[in-house]
Amino acid sequence: MSLKVLVGCKRVIDYAVKIRVRPDKLGVVTDGIKHSMNPFDEIAIEEAVRLKEKNIVKEVIAVSCGPTQAQETIRTALAMGADRGIHVEVPAKEMEKLEPLHVSKILAKLAEKEQAELVIVGKQAIDDDTNATAQMTAGILNWPQATFASKIEKKDDFLEVIREIDGGLETIKVKLPAVVSADLRLNEPRYATLPNIMKAKKKKIEKMKPADLGVDTTPHFEVIEVTDPPAREAGIKVEDVDTLLLKLKEVGRI
Amino acid sequence: NTRRRMAAIILSTSRLFSASWSSLSRRTLVTTASRCTEAQARAQFYTDEHKELQRSLKKLIDSEINPYVDQWEKEGQFPAHQVFKKLGQAGFLGVTKPEEYGGLGLDHSYSVAMSETLGTINCGAVPMAVAVQTDMATPALARFGSHYVKEQFLAPSISGDKVSCLGVSEPSAGSDVANIKTTAKRQGDDYIINGQKMWITNAYQADWMCLLANTSQGQAHRNKSLICVPMDSPGIHLTKKIDKMGMLSSDTAQIFLEDVRVPVENLIGEEGMGFTYQMLQFQEERLAGAVMTLSPMQTCIQSTIEYTRERKAFGQPLLNNQCIHFRLAELETEVECLRALIYRATDLYVAGDDVTKLASMCKLKAGRLGREVTDSCLQFWGGMGFTNEVLVSRFYRDLRLVSIGGGTDEVMLAIICKLMGTLPQLPMKK
Repeated sequence: MSLKVLVGCKRVIDYAVKIRVRPDKLGVVTDGIKHSMNPFDEIAIEEAVRLKEKNIVKEVIAVSCGPTQAQETIRTALAMGADRGIHVEVPAKEMEKLEPLHVSKILAKLAEKEQAELVIVGKQAIDDDTNATAQMTAGILNWPQATFASKIEKKDDFLEVIREIDGGLETIKVKLPAVVSADLRLNEPRYATLPNIMKAKKKKIEKMKPADLGVDTTPHFEVIEVTDPPAREAGIKVEDVDTLLLKLKEVGRI
Repeated sequence: NTRRRMAAIILSTSRLFSASWSSLSRRTLVTTASRCTEAQARAQFYTDEHKELQRSLKKLIDSEINPYVDQWEKEGQFPAHQVFKKLGQAGFLGVTKPEEYGGLGLDHSYSVAMSETLGTINCGAVPMAVAVQTDMATPALARFGSHYVKEQFLAPSISGDKVSCLGVSEPSAGSDVANIKTTAKRQGDDYIINGQKMWITNAYQADWMCLLANTSQGQAHRNKSLICVPMDSPGIHLTKKIDKMGMLSSDTAQIFLEDVRVPVENLIGEEGMGFTYQMLQFQEERLAGAVMTLSPMQTCIQSTIEYTRERKAFGQPLLNNQCIHFRLAELETEVECLRALIYRATDLYVAGDDVTKLASMCKLKAGRLGREVTDSCLQFWGGMGFTNEVLVSRFYRDLRLVSIGGGTDEVMLAIICKLMGTLPQLPMKK
């Protein structure tokens, strides 16, 4: 099997951190805050490694766009079983303004360069929740896409993917090459074992800039303001359903 | 005019100065730069591999351990076999152990990295139990044991299939290790063991014990041996669990050994060397004990900041009171000092130095600082701090042990004094 898979992994603020809006109200505080790999990307890496273990895929390449610290994210991917990494250097200031469109262009270029036949990314990043990168990457490459995957099976030269959609589960067939985005229930990522962490030390991480791939990272939109959601107000308890209906009418909800 | 001349002179001299300075600095820039990165790396202490180890272990703790700690504390026991198997599978029980027995053969800095992350477990009992397995019951075995004992006891302890405990302390001998009374008398191809052991962590769940016993007559430092004793051997009786004020999920017991028969092959290393072997691993044990307090102390300070930021009294957050934020700053300072001492001691140990003095200082400071931090923080939590519903009161109870177990503060002080040359000579034993 000569299938190469490219997996995108993003370095985001750790899910357990209590985020705070910056004083300039243009973003959230990131300095000194704990960061880790986007949980959905962990699931993507895990799936790629499992495909390799099943001999469906030959090589897993982990890609991350970001400042120097993005290498930590790639290293985690290597420790989980990815074969090598690519770090697309984007300075911290630019990172704030990096959009899914830029990342999609980068991933598309890399997929072509590496001759990968499968691109897997997490369905969305937990910082911007855009849920756009997989879709746009497929669009740019003109490849089929299977988003919100909760199960992936290879059958001959296509993939059978079960997707989690609003109405339930949808099973589709996509011909390779394809782009897949990982949803929560696709798998449970492994702990990088210590022997693998040590082995990862020898794995290569290639460095490059977006310009090297011919991608322009000029932002297309500008963030005007970032504010906290309104503080949650206290609710009230009512005696029975009739009172509930009365109250709802009073506040104009029904 | 004079002013302009003054300005010109100042400008020219400063330009001259800066010219020679820049050439000088260019020459020294290379060495300064490399020394800077070296210094930074040393100060950071952990490399990317260490951090990856910590990340992976933290994930394991967050999903397999922390969600259950409250329950285990209530039940008075944590499932050692279950937890150790998970840790063992990920390679965390053999970090510094030999590769031929399933270990990773890494240097002690990785063990310290692991111990620091173990401190993120929301109780003291589980990290302590793991430390017994990795840094107390197995170092001598790994270093001096025969192939047979290493296969029987070390390999399964590294894989997490067997739980170990350390049998050194006795009812009448804790700090005074040389004075233990348990005997292991040679009889044909066996040792017959008689005696009692006290304060044994993991006792109820252990599959084997690393036992220190007197194997001959003679000088107290030369007549003891370390023996691997399977805990299902006939003659081993455990008393009911010791009811402690803290470390609640750790099962601690007193063990009676009555004519316990163990094959001579279970001896670790040479007879008579047991005391020395034990002493050799104390440096690691003490460093581990110290580094495991860093995260709990950090957690106490951080959670106290968050609590006092929300909690209001007399119209403003408690945190606004100088006595509180200044005190927390003091404590944070002290924790940094301890951290620097621990990292330095580890660096020297990894480099091959004897760090008895520094390791003893680390343990001493950790025990005392742990009490200070938890005591001050608990005070700031007020009434809530006094309940069993908050983490700070659990750490108050759990960290209190650090000044006692693994070498009391007083023993640490005596060691430091000995190395300072200030310890008075003990009267000669007749």
